[in-house]
Amino acid sequence: MRPVRLSVVTATAAVAALTAVTGCAEKSDAKAGDGAVQVTAADDSCEVSKKEFPAGHVELAVENKGTKITEVYLLFPDDRIVTERENIGPGTKAKITAEVKAGSYEIACKPGMKGDGIRQKVTVTGGTAAAKRSPEMDAAVAAYRKYVQTQADETLPKVKVFTDAVRAGDLEAAKKAYAPSRIGWERTEPVAESFGDIDPKVDVRADGLETGQKWTGWHRLEKELWQDKKLGPDAKALANALDKDLADWQQRVGKAEITPTSMANGAKELLDEVAAGKVTGEEERYSHTDLVDFKGNVEGAQHSYELLKPVASKNDPALVTELDKRFAALNKLLDTYRDGPDSYEFTSYEKVGKAERKELSDGVNALAEPLSKLAAAVVK
Amino acid sequence: MPFDDSTDDTTPDEKPDKEHDAKTAPTPPSRRALLGWGGAGLALGAAAAGGAMAAVRDGDTAAPAAESGAAVPFHGRHQAGIATDVQDRLHFAAFDVTTEDRAELVQLLKDWTRAAERMTAGHAVGEGAYGGLPEAPPDDTGEALGLKPSRLTLTVGFGPGLFAKERFGLAERRPAALVELPKFPGDNLDPARGGGDLCVQACADDPQVAVHAIRNLARIGFGKVAVRWSQLGFGKTSSTTPGAQTPRNLFGFKDGTSNIAGTDTAALDKHVWVSEADGPGWLAGGSYLVARRISMRIETWDRTSLQEQEDVFGRDKGEGAAVGKAREHDKPNLKAMLPTSHVRLAHPDSHHGARMLRRGYSFTDGTDGLGRLDAGLFFLAYQRDVRDAFIPVQRSLARSDALNEYIQHVGSAVFAIPPGVRDKDDWWGRALIS
Repeated sequence: MRPVRLSVVTATAAVAALTAVTGCAEKSDAKAGDGAVQVTAADDSCEVSKKEFPAGHVELAVENKGTKITEVYLLFPDDRIVTERENIGPGTKAKITAEVKAGSYEIACKPGMKGDGIRQKVTVTGGTAAAKRSPEMDAAVAAYRKYVQTQADETLPKVKVFTDAVRAGDLEAAKKAYAPSRIGWERTEPVAESFGDIDPKVDVRADGLETGQKWTGWHRLEKELWQDKKLGPDAKALANALDKDLADWQQRVGKAEITPTSMANGAKELLDEVAAGKVTGEEERYSHTDLVDFKGNVEGAQHSYELLKPVASKNDPALVTELDKRFAALNKLLDTYRDGPDSYEFTSYEKVGKAERKELSDGVNALAEPLSKLAAAVVK
Repeated sequence: MPFDDSTDDTTPDEKPDKEHDAKTAPTPPSRRALLGWGGAGLALGAAAAGGAMAAVRDGDTAAPAAESGAAVPFHGRHQAGIATDVQDRLHFAAFDVTTEDRAELVQLLKDWTRAAERMTAGHAVGEGAYGGLPEAPPDDTGEALGLKPSRLTLTVGFGPGLFAKERFGLAERRPAALVELPKFPGDNLDPARGGGDLCVQACADDPQVAVHAIRNLARIGFGKVAVRWSQLGFGKTSSTTPGAQTPRNLFGFKDGTSNIAGTDTAALDKHVWVSEADGPGWLAGGSYLVARRISMRIETWDRTSLQEQEDVFGRDKGEGAAVGKAREHDKPNLKAMLPTSHVRLAHPDSHHGARMLRRGYSFTDGTDGLGRLDAGLFFLAYQRDVRDAFIPVQRSLARSDALNEYIQHVGSAVFAIPPGVRDKDDWWGRALIS
């Protein structure tokens, strides 16, 4: 779906990091919070002021004393990213924050923004932050976790209809089953993308490939079906791999780390997905089924939002009013491209003209802007 | 007229002082300091090292008027950005109003006014660009941090669509003079580059300050308005400050040497500001704006002989003097020029004294895919009544101007420009809508 690199960033926000990743430049006299961990990055070193700190809100105060642009990561032992900040120029400072649970982690500085970086092992002790969550929030998270699992459970059989058709060499049946097989994935994409390794296998587009990476997944088959108009020799293997990789997703999705903040950010990211890929027609460039994905993204965002609404409406009632209005308006607009009220057959994006695309884009902007404030309304 | 843009520059001592950085700026707005075109990394570095910025952006005192790159007062009887000395850069945006809710439109105009007060004074929008809740995107987008106010002006206009029947209940208040422009011969207008229910003209001496202003207003507007089209202008082609060098257009000519001076209150009252008697009452102290995107056939022009170039304009290329005259500001003898020459056709004497205050900018939007510059003049002219000014003048130019061989009008819009925002309680369009 999107370039691999972006998926990794998404992982940070959606899952591991319990709050948004917010690296930002700081004034030198700004007090880095009392418990901040000073990270001094140079071209050949990565020094941390303490190797043990308490769980909860963790702040890394990074200073790049080297000559190269660097990036700094906080990583789980398995290299899953907790949070990260790129593009820290020589002589500059940046602040990275995250909610971190107790456990073992590594801080990595990557001078030149390449390679595995220079690592420091750190230990996070105790556990405070996670415990503070209200029962209301816990309920929202639990409900969302269930939703994500259900989406995966319901997607697998739909994918099998698609892959069976591919294996049978039935082009028409495969084309028909293609877009429906993607809806559950599109609804919960930020969570799916948090497993950095699955998204690049199933949802990468040709332009998102890294050098040497083999192109697999939905979009490879999309190209064969619509552009090449015939299935290549690898088609069966690609279908098998798609089944397998998505089964992996189904297995792991329940274990994803989900927080109210990641839900809110995930909702906004789904709209980002629409803005970046769907509204431009890049996502489904061969099948032109972009509006199906579009709808899936909006539904997924709305589901997160509805679950967070009880909390958000206490903290920011005006925002909730605004979001209700904007979701309704965008759904209404999407309905004009829909075959029937509950149908997932949408107008081919090829047939959506420039003026209509702009109208859709305006609708996305109108929703995404207030949606970007949801995370703050949830944590307030 | 479209091409008749001219005049002078700011006086040298008003040039923004690039050395004057945030640290040394005592109290007030100073956003220069950090950002050249160097990019974000540099800015971050400077920001990190600075600390001065917070003091600067939080400070609420107005800049000394004389200070280089200072702020232009936002409040007044007329909107700033019209009679104001023409700044170096432009970002102009036209918006469609997407909401159907009058209350939302009113709230937007209030929010825009408050944001404009802050930005024109050199402050960040809302709660600023950093230091807020980590979970929320900052109110301000941040790229103007450390830059001076750069004489930023923000000027708002209302297009004909805003007054449509059954829309916001404003049909009765539509000014008679807010007419749709007729189609002129040779027009090749792209609807996607023209029209609009609202417009904002952002002028500043620093392009990043102008772009920042439009970007943040657009962001505030999401859900209520959507950008319909926008235009960057990189170089002024007119001046409202008489007596200094006249800027040249992309054809290399000084043009429009008889622009209305910002200090000439008699001429402004006669030709630019709508009076109480003109009506409607809500527009008194306002004006009308015609915006035209005029594409210039650069390469063709460049192959044209000097003689023909000078004949087309009716002035010499070096000094800018009218045919037969020695100096640029010598009164032209129109009869000495060819009947098709631009100056002759555009001159007030050919139109019963009709004058406009021109504020146009040169633009280049890269190349056109055929290896030619996609460039021209973004013509902006303020006037008291388009029916007595732009329309007759352009009708005459469109029919006969020798310059037509080298230009084409590709975008067009007209707006009623409300009077100025009086004070902290007033807002753009209050007299119209409330």
